[in-house]
Amino acid sequence: MKFGILVFPGSNCDRDVASVTSGILKQPTRLIWHTDTDISDCDVIVVPGGFSYGDYLRCGAIARFAPVMRSLQEHATKGKYILGICNGFQILTESGLLQGALVRNRDLHFICDRAPLRVERDDLAFTQKYQKQQVITLPIAHGEGCYFADADILKELEDNNQVVFRYCDAIGNINDEANPNGSLENIAGICNKQGNVIGMMPHPERAAESILGGTDGKALFEGLVESLLVNA
Amino acid sequence: MKYQARIFVTLRPSVLDPAGTAVQSALKQMDYHVDSVRIGKYVEIILDALDEAEASQKLNETCDKLLANPVIENYRFELAVIEEPKS
Repeated sequence: MKFGILVFPGSNCDRDVASVTSGILKQPTRLIWHTDTDISDCDVIVVPGGFSYGDYLRCGAIARFAPVMRSLQEHATKGKYILGICNGFQILTESGLLQGALVRNRDLHFICDRAPLRVERDDLAFTQKYQKQQVITLPIAHGEGCYFADADILKELEDNNQVVFRYCDAIGNINDEANPNGSLENIAGICNKQGNVIGMMPHPERAAESILGGTDGKALFEGLVESLLVNA
Repeated sequence: MKYQARIFVTLRPSVLDPAGTAVQSALKQMDYHVDSVRIGKYVEIILDALDEAEASQKLNETCDKLLANPVIENYRFELAVIEEPKS
């Protein structure tokens, strides 16, 4: 089993992810430069946070055309796992691997905070170590994290149970007060129909050891490792 | 033929524009009462094409693929000839 972490010019959470997958979970991990096109050795690809290509034009718009992205499409088609975090989520929506778009936060501020999230699915490789409706707290840090999709796509996401995380209050209520950035339906993370590609604005990799103030994100990576071991 | 394209990328009406709302409230403080402010992007591209049809086709492709995100944005462009081919 191997984790691959994409690195674009301007990515800045790539090493944070590696410190979890390699440092804490002791799994083989390699950083993949955006010009690399052979990623077939990797079982999980993480598209990390940061400001790829300076967020020019739109967040993720230019990263989408990096050479490695064609291989990422193939990786997804094969049913292998992809985790997009923050800018990685934006890149996945821009590339069409996930639906919708991330736009400017409702109140214009760049938000750097901890957000309670309700886990909406516990049947994905990514979330199997959580319980459905469990409230977890993860750091968020974004200026363009407001999830938008038109009514048809939103309905499709809900009908297919593709919403994975929602912003909530401390006891799991979903409402406007608990919505930090104006995301429609309080959406913080979604998956594709098959459930092998997930994108989320919160940062699980920044909450995987207690010295950093929280460990709620660690279970996401542990779930991935576990499901790959089972299927190996 | 050398063309100049003036491309306007605007947020779809259903997408909230918090930056536009902030500008509107600043205008209000300055005593300019306007009905609405929406902020978009303006891009100038200079390109070679055989004729207007080819230029339009190229521009539609660049807008669809990169310059605009159809999930949240609309676009339109204006074309002008800036250089006739040398005969």
